[in-house]
Amino acid sequence: MSSRERILGRVRRALSDVSGEDAPIERTYLREHGDRTVEETVELLAENLADYRAIVHRCTTADLPATLAGMLAARGAKTVLVPPGLDPSWLTEAGADQVPDRAGSTPHELDRIDSVVTACAVAIAETGTIVLDGSPDQGRRRITLVPDHHICVVRVPDQVVSSVPQGLERLDPVRPLTWISGPSATSDIELDRVEGVHGPRTLEVVLVADQASAEVNS
Amino acid sequence: MSGTFVGMPAFPKAAHEAVGNPTLRGNLRHATHTIRAKREKAVAEVSDWAELREAGKRIKDRTLRRLDHYLVQLEESVVAAGGTVHWAADADEANEIVTQLVQMTGETEVVKVKSMATQEIGLNEALEAAGIRAYETDLAELIVQLGKDRPSHILVPAIHRNRGEIRDIFEREMSEWGRPAPEGLTDTPAELAEAARLHLREKFLRAKVGISGANFMVADTGTLVVVESEGNGRMCLTLPETLISVVGIEKIVPTWQDLEVFLQTLPRSSTAERMNPYTSTWTGTTDEDGPSTFHLVLLDNGRSDTLADEVGRQALRCIRCSACLNVCPVYERAGGHAYGSVYPGPIGAILSPQLRGTESEIDASLPYASSLCGACYEVCPVAIDIPEVLVHLRERVVQGGPVVREGNKVVLKPAKGHAAERAAMRAARWTFARPGVLRTGQRAASRTRRLHPRSLPGPGKAWSGTRDLPAVPAEPFRDWWQRTDGGRSEKGGSK
Repeated sequence: MSSRERILGRVRRALSDVSGEDAPIERTYLREHGDRTVEETVELLAENLADYRAIVHRCTTADLPATLAGMLAARGAKTVLVPPGLDPSWLTEAGADQVPDRAGSTPHELDRIDSVVTACAVAIAETGTIVLDGSPDQGRRRITLVPDHHICVVRVPDQVVSSVPQGLERLDPVRPLTWISGPSATSDIELDRVEGVHGPRTLEVVLVADQASAEVNS
Repeated sequence: MSGTFVGMPAFPKAAHEAVGNPTLRGNLRHATHTIRAKREKAVAEVSDWAELREAGKRIKDRTLRRLDHYLVQLEESVVAAGGTVHWAADADEANEIVTQLVQMTGETEVVKVKSMATQEIGLNEALEAAGIRAYETDLAELIVQLGKDRPSHILVPAIHRNRGEIRDIFEREMSEWGRPAPEGLTDTPAELAEAARLHLREKFLRAKVGISGANFMVADTGTLVVVESEGNGRMCLTLPETLISVVGIEKIVPTWQDLEVFLQTLPRSSTAERMNPYTSTWTGTTDEDGPSTFHLVLLDNGRSDTLADEVGRQALRCIRCSACLNVCPVYERAGGHAYGSVYPGPIGAILSPQLRGTESEIDASLPYASSLCGACYEVCPVAIDIPEVLVHLRERVVQGGPVVREGNKVVLKPAKGHAAERAAMRAARWTFARPGVLRTGQRAASRTRRLHPRSLPGPGKAWSGTRDLPAVPAEPFRDWWQRTDGGRSEKGGSK
């Protein structure tokens, strides 16, 4: 008998007292916590991102190239990794050398690059989370992992949801997902949180709105 | 190679030694109190905590009730997504499978994400015996591995170490394993984290094989989920060419939507965060992104035996958050090592004796490693009634009875150490069934009460060493009731 059959047989025998159909799961918990306007939800996202030590910037679509260029210059980044589907207009003003991500690039090569700029799939306000799903404007998982500085652009309010349930609904499980809530951290020394271990130690999030809603927000 | 738990003394002996260690007690008190307050705050932020907890419990119960169905469904989903599924009935088989899979790659080193399942089966030791070096990459696991130590907490295996001790371990041991600790390393947590970053980076960048566990497996999509903080998980899950995940069969949730409950309750319960820094999900393999080969090893190792116990099976709902450890007064004082298992604390006290059986001294003593205060049940995000299972397992140890071991029904003999207790209970049963005997005995006890010793002689001595014997009243209750007509004829009435 294979171990598969052995385990399944043991499980079935163990459950011999269990009968009947599955009771449906009553989902009496909330779809989102609190009642917020769209602007308030974006505000909460910014607050929670900052609370876990992400650096939050806000700008309009028109200002995005200048904002990104300014952030990369302030960081002193000489090279910036670019996922294949990133909107080419975003980095038109950046001074750093743009390095396109190639399938063949080794982890060691990625390790020598200063920064990476990506879009995101969805952002969750209640938890201060951005989610990447490997779409062409976000690239492979490794490009947002090895460089020490990650700039993530979130289109607000379109890409922002309030809660974890709303976030999951928008995501495709077939894609490899990375949920990011602040820069890498650890609680392993005396159960106290310290930022900066293996992932990017600096996470900057740009909340970019078209002209009209940026004015409402400011 | 880290220490093992084989041949551990019973809990009372190990705990007795641990409470005599003032550094250990200080470290544990500091850490558990820090996290307790933070957890309360994180839980208070969500107004529907009770509903989330109930839903988490029900989802896990639903899974366990049809585990065979969901296992088969998961297997199909993972295979359809490009993964390979292996089944391991016990630790030896799982170790063999993983060792062979690593050997097939031709590699002699692997990087590991923190995983309770691989700790449980002693995978690192098995790999080492086959000439394969496994590098732990979680900071706390690294501290344990470098310190040739044993884990003492589910989430923070090095919780028993303070920053000064960690600094000393890094300075002394890092050079043995690779890049030495930086010159002049201090004990500030940020510098220690930086030292770990530098030490492990070269290993991540050259790694060809990664080994992980998983927090959840989604049956209908074949998705695995790893929840972490440091980014070491992401490194191990995405940079190597081959990924091997060893996961207990109970880690399944039926649907993608079910994650919406646990991704809210797990981070708040474990690190007291709204959300942990990184969560990775993957479904089989993805072209040109991450490992091109993915193996899932489904591990039984006592889980199906646990499932056979109608009371004890609820322990399989556990999502390994460790909130029960952090609130436990016994854990806080005795520390994790005394539990003699990779699963310490209240959940360990019900999980280890079920996964391993109650034959060994340590496992037979674990159901007693609790004051039954119930704090563990209160904080559990999947509502495992740990005190209920503890009492159930105590009954099993004392009285013996039918259990399932390795898929076979066996009848356990009553434990030897409890013969006096059982004799006392039999005598009590006989006496309570005979009112005349009971009355005579009670009167005799009342009349001789001045002569009663303050502690019991013989086998009862240990019991009364930490307890006061109850005082016997001057007149038995039933005599008083008859004499006073239930208190009505007594002066001042019965009030």
